[in-house]
Amino acid sequence: MTELLLSNACVIDPLNRVNGDVMDIAIRDGWIVESVGNGAEVIDAKGFLTLAGGIDSHTHLCGTKVNFGRYMMPEDMRAGRTIRRGLMHATSGYSVPTTYGNSYRYSAMGYTSILEGAMAPLEARHTHEEFSATPLQDTMANTLFDGNWSVMEAVREKDVKRAAAIVAWTLAAVKGFAIKLTNPGGTEAWGWGKNVTCIRDTVPHFDVTPAEIIETLIRANELLRLPHSVHLHCNNLGAPGNYQCTLGTFDLVPDLNKERQSLYATHVQFHAYGGTSWKDINSKAEPVAYAVNRKPQIVIDMGQMMFGKTTTMTADGPMEFNLYRLHHNKWSNHDVELETGSGIIPVYYSKKSLVNCVMWAIGLELALLVKDPWQCLLATDNPNGAPFVRYPEIIGLLMSRRYRDEELRTIHPGTEKRIVLHTLDRELTWYDIAVMTRAGQAKALGITKIGKGHLGIGGEADIAVYPIRIGETDPSRDYAAVVSAFQRTAWTIKRGRVVTRDGEVVVEGTNRTIWARSRVPEAYDISKDDRFVKTFDRYYTVRMANYPVQDAYIPRSTCIESEAVL
Amino acid sequence: MVCPYCACLCDDLDVTIEGNRVTGVDNACDLATHKFQTGNRLPGPIRLTGKGWTGIGREEALDFTVEMLLDADRPLIYGWSTTSVEAQSHGIHIAEEIGGVIDATTSVCHGPSILAIQEVGHPGCTLGQVKNRADVVVYWGCNPLEAHPRHLSRYTTYADVRKTESANVADEFLHLKPGGDYAVLGALRAIVRGKTDFIPAHVAGVPKAQFLRIGEICKGAKYGAFFFGVGLTQTAGKYKNIRNAIELVDELNRHTKWTLTPMRGHFNVYGFNEVCTWATGYPYAVDFSRGMAFYNPGETTAVDILARKECDACLVVASDPGAHFPRAAVEHLASIPVVQIDPMVNATTAFCDVQMPAAVTGIDAEGTAYRMDGVPIRAKKILDLGYPTDSAILGEIYRRIRDERKVREVKGT
Repeated sequence: MTELLLSNACVIDPLNRVNGDVMDIAIRDGWIVESVGNGAEVIDAKGFLTLAGGIDSHTHLCGTKVNFGRYMMPEDMRAGRTIRRGLMHATSGYSVPTTYGNSYRYSAMGYTSILEGAMAPLEARHTHEEFSATPLQDTMANTLFDGNWSVMEAVREKDVKRAAAIVAWTLAAVKGFAIKLTNPGGTEAWGWGKNVTCIRDTVPHFDVTPAEIIETLIRANELLRLPHSVHLHCNNLGAPGNYQCTLGTFDLVPDLNKERQSLYATHVQFHAYGGTSWKDINSKAEPVAYAVNRKPQIVIDMGQMMFGKTTTMTADGPMEFNLYRLHHNKWSNHDVELETGSGIIPVYYSKKSLVNCVMWAIGLELALLVKDPWQCLLATDNPNGAPFVRYPEIIGLLMSRRYRDEELRTIHPGTEKRIVLHTLDRELTWYDIAVMTRAGQAKALGITKIGKGHLGIGGEADIAVYPIRIGETDPSRDYAAVVSAFQRTAWTIKRGRVVTRDGEVVVEGTNRTIWARSRVPEAYDISKDDRFVKTFDRYYTVRMANYPVQDAYIPRSTCIESEAVL
Repeated sequence: MVCPYCACLCDDLDVTIEGNRVTGVDNACDLATHKFQTGNRLPGPIRLTGKGWTGIGREEALDFTVEMLLDADRPLIYGWSTTSVEAQSHGIHIAEEIGGVIDATTSVCHGPSILAIQEVGHPGCTLGQVKNRADVVVYWGCNPLEAHPRHLSRYTTYADVRKTESANVADEFLHLKPGGDYAVLGALRAIVRGKTDFIPAHVAGVPKAQFLRIGEICKGAKYGAFFFGVGLTQTAGKYKNIRNAIELVDELNRHTKWTLTPMRGHFNVYGFNEVCTWATGYPYAVDFSRGMAFYNPGETTAVDILARKECDACLVVASDPGAHFPRAAVEHLASIPVVQIDPMVNATTAFCDVQMPAAVTGIDAEGTAYRMDGVPIRAKKILDLGYPTDSAILGEIYRRIRDERKVREVKGT
């Protein structure tokens, strides 16, 4: 038995409605308990801001495409090198760090759980291998179904239960966490060098529309009682005028779940553009945020873009090719049979680019215009909008109008006519930030029940202590102090054990993979369905028996089980 | 059963086992069948002394290896293409721990492909995309019928254009003069861009009429797939050839759908590139001598370190540099302490100081391997012959090195 007492902690814990109370947190064997004995190790938190461990609900950090980003960019690897020191492995990479680089840097910022935004089922083993080398965070994997042939056939036949059965088998086979749709239908079309422009186009050869795929899988997801909702990267990412596609997509979403949203729309900044071309692009954050305000069944994340160098990587293969034709830098693409695609290009977001300045403003506008912070989470679609190490600056911008004004003075002078950011006075509170960086993620992902995202009794002792006293800091004025505090915790505690101290990693760490399994009735075991098996055998290049990820790849795991209602 | 021979990683083999021996292999090519039925395993660790080879215990072999690596100033850890990702991962951590250089057989096969990809990217796909969609397939500088025998039958259904030494199966055969690849690829790019006027009557022995015909076939494809081998990576032009091929495919994507895939050789050479990348940031040729991962092919590649006579000890795992390296590199290897972890006696055995036999991944050891297109597949264990796995041996070496370094640190203070 190990016991730890974190004393004198200034706690903000939105899931338990705690807002700035100074208290002691008792921890036994990795979990938060009522009290501990006198022999417990004591850490004096000195009245510092204490939050549940950070949770990133949409980031690209492990798997085939992420690793290809590293592979093709030695220049990015050189831009973020650290030497082997103490218990820390050498790390490389700025926008796409090595697994240890990701893990150490997230941990120094207080993050203890992360969700990989896009895993192709066929290549799931790769993601899990990298998870094992990401020692300081628990990990989850969004599993791609946007171009799944068997799912699209079920959609065409309007057979929601069959779609649910395919999802259930696949998630359990690849140890995935949730349904991810990236440009649904578009990635399959890209297999022929084509794309879909929005939700009413028809996917070549399948006679289904993105709207039908989205609607069917939202319903299938709820039949399976999965912890998270469908996680959607909308069609037509990054194109001027695409906000209408986004609004049309939001209109498809029924309210099916009392405990959380029915749709998680990711990196909405990239989907809130007005105008008809790059010449007249402008912000449509207002109509998009207002739609979210009217629809409690939708949660979004910002997909904030920050100026500087980064790498774009997504399963949205056709979008990356279009982006490549704009940037003429270097382009990788990786289409995955019967499932999905992906693309990668490096980018530089410049304050001299009007388009980039509008993008920067839109992300912040979304966070300030969505009334309820539980509905707009903080993320950059790491590394697409910016590497995750930029999160503290985003927190600073959201909490300080003065900081925003100072930044606005440095960007392209034509920007103001196309945005509303300069008119927004709202400054988010410490409590809002706690929601947008952990509590909201835990609720949206459906992992509060396994103890994530809060500091109440029975919670998992994942805790971040930031070296700042909120009573002594005015974030509106002292935003630099806020940014600095969120860049490096005094202590990050994972499962009751201090893992980083002042940014230095002090343990080797052992991650845990969280995955979801929905038990379906025997009649819906798709692995015994003739047609499914025949499609598999005929078109995949691996045998069905070799497809599931073996237990060896998840040496430590938590399976969230549910009973499907089919 | 997953085949542990080439990077096609065919996973549909049926193997018959009688009395802990493979007596039959169905679905496999001849190359794989031979691997399953090879019996000349080294029975136990051996050491070269003044009197020739003597059998030694596993402990002695491990002690020798750990001492050799800890005492070296510029150790090299090399090989990796025929073992599991799990073993490769231990190798990377050993190199990091001792401040050594780690490199893989990549540097003498598809290293130039990686350099080209690092310049211009890689439009690729999984092999099922080709199988299900391709109506035009190009094989360039490779000989799939002999080197990847089942590649055509498993992963391609139609083939309109193939350049292969087995040219009799191709509908178009581009017979170019040796060293002409770069020029021919450049001519094709020009044609795809519509700049036909620039093309002279012949380029590297290929008549203009054939270029024009092939250009039209490529542009007219519904889905084209370009495969290439070491005939393109290791001939004159090297990585610039690959860059030209990638940019040709890139250009073709403005007309229709095309992808490109290197025909990787050994069954898990790509796995090394993957794990080395996620652990160090670079796919091969990583030098840890200054504490961070440093990558500079041409300087930190195995052949170059050996040819410059920098390397003063070498651990070889799952490969045979004695048979494949240039003479100068092999001569230097023969003059320094070398330990080899390999199941068979090979050309490297002739000059290594200690050899430890290990289980063969995919036959008597399981583990992860990455197919040439990046699809990870779990190789299976079908026999139990009592050999330790590469992963177990290397994990033990890593543990002992860490323990010994702690002891030395304490003594030092």
